[in-house]
Amino acid sequence: MASGEEDGTVEEKETNNKKRTKGAIATAWLTFYNIAMTAGWLVLAVAMVRYYLQKGTHKGLYRNIARTLKFFQTFALLEVGHCAIGIVRTSVIVTGVQVCSRIFMVWFVTNSIRQIQNEESVILFVVVWTITEITRYSFYTFNLLNHLPYFIKWARYNMFIVMYPLGVIGELLTIHASLPYVRRSGMYSLRLPNKYNVSFDYYYFLIIVMLSYIPLFPQLYFHMLRQRRRVLHGEIVVEKDE
Amino acid sequence: MSRTIFFEVEILDSKTKEQLCFLDKVEPHSSVGDIKSLFHKSYPKWYPARQALRLDPKGKALRNDDLLQNLPVGTSATLYFRDLGPQLGWTMVFLAEYIGPLLIYLLFYFRVPYIYNHKYTLTSSSHHVVNLACACHSFHYIKRLFETIFVHRFSNGTMPLRATVRNCAYYWGFAAWLAYYINHPLYTPPSYGKTQVRYALIIFVLCEAGNFSVHWSLNSLKCEGAKCRRFPNPSKNPFTWLFFFVSCPNYTYEVGAWVGLSIMTQCVPVALFTFLGFIQMSIWAKGKHKTYTREFKDYPNFRMPILPFIL
Repeated sequence: MASGEEDGTVEEKETNNKKRTKGAIATAWLTFYNIAMTAGWLVLAVAMVRYYLQKGTHKGLYRNIARTLKFFQTFALLEVGHCAIGIVRTSVIVTGVQVCSRIFMVWFVTNSIRQIQNEESVILFVVVWTITEITRYSFYTFNLLNHLPYFIKWARYNMFIVMYPLGVIGELLTIHASLPYVRRSGMYSLRLPNKYNVSFDYYYFLIIVMLSYIPLFPQLYFHMLRQRRRVLHGEIVVEKDE
Repeated sequence: MSRTIFFEVEILDSKTKEQLCFLDKVEPHSSVGDIKSLFHKSYPKWYPARQALRLDPKGKALRNDDLLQNLPVGTSATLYFRDLGPQLGWTMVFLAEYIGPLLIYLLFYFRVPYIYNHKYTLTSSSHHVVNLACACHSFHYIKRLFETIFVHRFSNGTMPLRATVRNCAYYWGFAAWLAYYINHPLYTPPSYGKTQVRYALIIFVLCEAGNFSVHWSLNSLKCEGAKCRRFPNPSKNPFTWLFFFVSCPNYTYEVGAWVGLSIMTQCVPVALFTFLGFIQMSIWAKGKHKTYTREFKDYPNFRMPILPFIL
């Protein structure tokens, strides 16, 4: 009977040990992930600056950085997985929506519609994304290492005030610029009649996407503003970017 | 000589904590429902269905049939109030949700002006299956309306107005979307022709009959609101024998009917609606199944929530 009790506490200790190891592995992986992403977006920033300094124009800049951008932005899909398995305490749906909108912009607009790749609006949102992501990932990295310099926290919770609207403008202008080419080519569209009795018009889909910014953007923006007020006024922060 | 001890009930706003109402001389055997009625007298716009009363601002809402004397309060109780917003009774909710698709589909079937190209206005489709699909779709919703009015017995629960509007937008919108394609002048009939339509129709009819039988059988259980004394069991009606295998055969039959309609029309929007409905109903079935297994110790192990042996 006594040994039964001992077994009980031994089991408890084993479970606690397992939990601690899992926690340590998760932290190690997340630290690596965030460092890698910070580095990736830094590389992107450097590449863009070098190109502009060398060529003096933004024409052709997108093609130059396209592969790196696609790689690191797509890699961000892992963040959805992090939320799903619980090592990051953010809603799966919110992260999913954020990452999917980025993937959509990169793969289904800028990548597939070559004629708009030299637009200024593309450079605008790519620059905004780069600045935002470098700040965000370095914030997470320092947080995980428990050594968060105040200026990074300041940057994360203040830069968005300007960056966010600028990014939205860049994205909307890009989608708008792509509309005539989409209409002319009829890309990604399915017309009637067909045996599945369904149709899809990418042109109208893009218009709906643009319209959806109207309800969604203010919600996200005011949420970030509320978070900012909470964090920078010294309350306890549970890192949840919703 | 016994003296009845009266309770004092103080009702505070959950968010602002200001006192909204103070009731003294409340009978100890009063229920939360009685208190809600008393509160309603002071605040006529907050009818009882709109009130959520809690012991703790962030806790669970109290049930209407909880008795004041059984709550963990002294003789002086503090309750926190939250406004649930305008409410609709379940019957109204379902009527709104079902009338929409019924009528909207017919607008597309009769090709009302401004939907399709003007040369097709008020024409009718040359395909037999389009007429059949309209009949089936309409029958499905008429049956549901009939059941809402005559068969189902709803608890006194309500649904928030906002949620109802959202649900209606979903059902009505989807009905419009799938009706648009089925009744489109460029509709393509099923690839396997009359055979496909015939088998799909059989599936549809059997599932509608099954769904109705299950609703009828659930009706005959003596339930008081949400609490039932027995769990549902198969009866002499063969359609109810699905109860041997699943907890919620009404959902199983519902999915089956829509699968039938999808095959009959060979239309992706219908299939998508079926799929989304299946996901939602599986979630509901799992919840119901869990409630049954928790409430009844002798609940058969063999049963699955919605799909026999599988889910």
